[in-house]
Amino acid sequence: MTAPIETTGAEAEAQPEAVLVGVKKSQIEGRSLGQIAWMRFKRDKAAMAGGIVVALLILMAILSRPIQWLFDLDPNKLNQNLVDPTLRAPYGGWGGMSWDHPLGVDPGFGRDLLARIIEGSWVSLVVAVGATLLSVTIGVIMGVVAGYYGGWVDSLVSRMMDTFLAFPLLLFAISLSASVQDGFWGITGLPLRIGVLIFVIGFFNWPYMGRIVRAQTLSLREREFVEASRSLGARGPFIIFRELLPNLVAPILVYSTLLIPTNILFEAALSFLGVGIAPPQASWGGMLTEAADQYEVDLQFMFVPGLAIFITVLAFNLLGDGLRDALDPRSK
Amino acid sequence: MPLLSVDDLTVTFRGGHGRPPTRAVDGVSFQVDAGRVTGLVGESGCGKSVTALALMGLLPGKGVDRGGSAVLDVGAGSEFVASGPVDLLGLGPGALRDLRGSRIAMIFQDPLSSLNPVVPIGVQVTEILERHRGLRGAPARKEAADLLDRVGIPDPTRRLKEYPHQLSGGMRQRALIAMAVACAPRLLIADEPTTALDVTIQAQILELLKELVDQEGTALLMITHDLGVVAGLCEQVNVLYAGRVVESAGRRELFAHPTHPYAHGLLGSIPRLDAPRGDPLHPIRGSINDRIAWQDGCAFAPRCDFYDEECLEGPPALTEPRRPDHRVRCVHPVLDTTAEEVTA
Amino acid sequence: MSLLELRDVKVHFPVRAGIVTNRTVGHVYAVDGVSLSVEAGRTYGLVGESGCGKTTLGRAVLRLVDVTAGEVVLDGTDLATLPAEEMRRFRRRLQMVFQDPLGSLNPRQNIESILAEGMTAHGIGTSNEDRHRRILAILDKVGLPANALSRYPHEFSGGQRQRIGIARALVLEPDVLICDEPVSALDVSIQAQVVNLLEELQDSMGLTYVVIAHDLAVVRHISDVVGVMYLGSLVEEAPSDVLYAAPRHPYTRALMSAVPIPDPDVEDSRERILLTGDLPSPANPPAGCRFHTRCPWKRETRCATERPEMRELADGHRVACHFAEEIAQESPGEITDGNRENLAKSPRA
Repeated sequence: MTAPIETTGAEAEAQPEAVLVGVKKSQIEGRSLGQIAWMRFKRDKAAMAGGIVVALLILMAILSRPIQWLFDLDPNKLNQNLVDPTLRAPYGGWGGMSWDHPLGVDPGFGRDLLARIIEGSWVSLVVAVGATLLSVTIGVIMGVVAGYYGGWVDSLVSRMMDTFLAFPLLLFAISLSASVQDGFWGITGLPLRIGVLIFVIGFFNWPYMGRIVRAQTLSLREREFVEASRSLGARGPFIIFRELLPNLVAPILVYSTLLIPTNILFEAALSFLGVGIAPPQASWGGMLTEAADQYEVDLQFMFVPGLAIFITVLAFNLLGDGLRDALDPRSK
Repeated sequence: MPLLSVDDLTVTFRGGHGRPPTRAVDGVSFQVDAGRVTGLVGESGCGKSVTALALMGLLPGKGVDRGGSAVLDVGAGSEFVASGPVDLLGLGPGALRDLRGSRIAMIFQDPLSSLNPVVPIGVQVTEILERHRGLRGAPARKEAADLLDRVGIPDPTRRLKEYPHQLSGGMRQRALIAMAVACAPRLLIADEPTTALDVTIQAQILELLKELVDQEGTALLMITHDLGVVAGLCEQVNVLYAGRVVESAGRRELFAHPTHPYAHGLLGSIPRLDAPRGDPLHPIRGSINDRIAWQDGCAFAPRCDFYDEECLEGPPALTEPRRPDHRVRCVHPVLDTTAEEVTA
Repeated sequence: MSLLELRDVKVHFPVRAGIVTNRTVGHVYAVDGVSLSVEAGRTYGLVGESGCGKTTLGRAVLRLVDVTAGEVVLDGTDLATLPAEEMRRFRRRLQMVFQDPLGSLNPRQNIESILAEGMTAHGIGTSNEDRHRRILAILDKVGLPANALSRYPHEFSGGQRQRIGIARALVLEPDVLICDEPVSALDVSIQAQVVNLLEELQDSMGLTYVVIAHDLAVVRHISDVVGVMYLGSLVEEAPSDVLYAAPRHPYTRALMSAVPIPDPDVEDSRERILLTGDLPSPANPPAGCRFHTRCPWKRETRCATERPEMRELADGHRVACHFAEEIAQESPGEITDGNRENLAKSPRA
């Protein structure tokens, strides 16, 4: 080929840039998808706020015991002198708010609410995050296997998911929590309650994650780069770990973030029903239960744990929405 | 005077969120005459589709800046629009709604996504007849069947009851054309109407469009990237690059003497079915991303074979280096083509 | 000698119904008996409209879809019946370039990782340095700068991405490269870059190509031999010059006449054979000649009842039509009264 203006190969790409460099002041720098996502996320103020609140909550949960020790807060210390024995309501207005007890005390026993909220935060988060991890793990494995291998494997897993979703979860949770006795598997007390909650919430919620991952895998499997990988001679597991999973990270991350608040609410609901965390251990759901009995004498008591749950759920949801927008390559 | 006269049209998408604004259409001027086919040719990102959407008033109101003018002779006026020439860019939403379908209509690239999947074809056609011509009931259905028949859909009364997914791609595009011409618009804009279709179906649709222009006197603005389609259909051709018209001429003149280096390069880079095998292709180097802003010079300069310093001295003007009516936006037009002069 | 040979290849996809039972209620005859051979160092072009089975055929050669019947012989080995692991190793010799240059590159991998993937799978290269050297050499061959390696697919333009796709295939040093619509997703001005690159690489590396595309002009430009497919089978095969100069199958003639040519003089003077109707469903193909429902030269006998076999008209020119010679004699390009009702209503026909 002896064309007069033939330009292929390296030349063809290099030359325009040579002209452009003289004209453009600055070259646009290459960025990875992660950097682009972070740039987008930073611009989303609501998501940033949600992220900061979530980060503070996690910090509070991790440091709950040191904080209690540092500020001399004891969630289980009874202050009967602060409660009117006849009315069973705290002395003073606003639920007994004072410098010593910034959020007031609970009506029955005069326990410090701030201390109980801080103590309850780690319980709520451990249960919610633990359950989320459990359902995400099961869901991702099942979803990827069903989506990638298809055929009878897919049919089996899909029917399994249908079965799980049809399960009367709440009734099961109540009966399971009631029937598991102390000393089960050698675990007792609080760790057992938390373990049971994580199992009940996480194990029965995986099909939601499974369905999302399966659908994503099905569409990814048909994408040309997966086919390209197969045509290059890659084996099944390689394709799953190298081609599919990195592309599933975004939806998994987003859905997990949105699953955590649901699980916080679920934990609260179970504790509210009296089958979750057993008193006197502080938990947000448990505090709501106690408050429900007392709302006529002290509305504040219900307001505090309710607000804590509300802020947490809202923050996680804002963070999840923001992540979804930032990670979605289509929303450019 | 021309039916549609677009003058210095600019469309800028405001960036927002820290992104810089994008000027998709950067001073496009062209004219469309009644009863003729005018072509807007260019590759993806040249602004041809945005131009069409701007003319139809279909660009989002927020975040988009428009400039210039697009004067259409709407003929008889209506409740919202005065008769005679009207600047489409200055019209409010009510007036635009009134004009769309009745005076200007558009055919889109993807016939499946342009039809509502849950509504039968017949209802979608009669809706337009009701909106703009006040027809309803049996006369509307009769008219709809006639329309489908005219665009070559066999067994039209049965087809009226069918849903879009029951029709083949070619039939869907015919149905869309039927909807577009239902109210005998003065201007029909076709945005890549055959790109999603197979080549034998494309031939049928192009034949149908030709027939409509010949018989109805409708002006057709044909937007495409396919120079072959342009050669067979368009009488006047405007070549767009990076949001500006870089060359404008009658089709015989343009194909015989492509004078802008971009048009020249484009014609040299596509394989021809009838060319002897072994003729090498002469690609244009780089890609559309390798461009500079028009105010700094010629946007095509980084990819151009005839580039020199002069190309970067501000925006090149439209000149007529070869003959009147053949306008070229280039300081180094390709004039030494050896082909003999055409007598068109 | 032919390097790649297809013998009566069939790919049928079962159509299933029912959620639990998964009954097979029919088949889509995507590829239904295709035989062809590709010479070493040459280019075989496959053209046809969407739904004709050309893409499925390309995938069947690589066993990306299962072959229902027939043989796919590469250099003496039948790939259609090869066990999975052996087929996996064979894939090194048979590579593919995909249509969508962005979709075929994993957005979460950088270029080096994309190019190294095949070598890892096949244990090519003695060390990481050796692989890196090979990758740099290929990158240079396809005309990309070395600094591309640490970048991600979305940072490149369409033409550059297709170069990456080609590099990924070539790094395994394959014998046969199957290009499925290699340029159709690219802008017109970029297509020629990739076409020229493919031709250069063929010259310098002695590659054998199967080019699958719907764009007749591109296929004819790049191919030595062109096969035309319609509804799952080959209808005509000829050296590419012959195919344009003297197409013999009615479908090929219609296809050729429908391709727009960027030349107003040619466009105004050519005879256009407009087909009526649409492609029949490959799940329910017509009996006899698959094209008889749309053929302007359909005869009363044989066409609707007997499926024509591919037969050789001249050296290297095969056609699947009972009446190819007769039609060529009676109407070298025009349409007779007898077949007019099969043509679309057209003011200029």
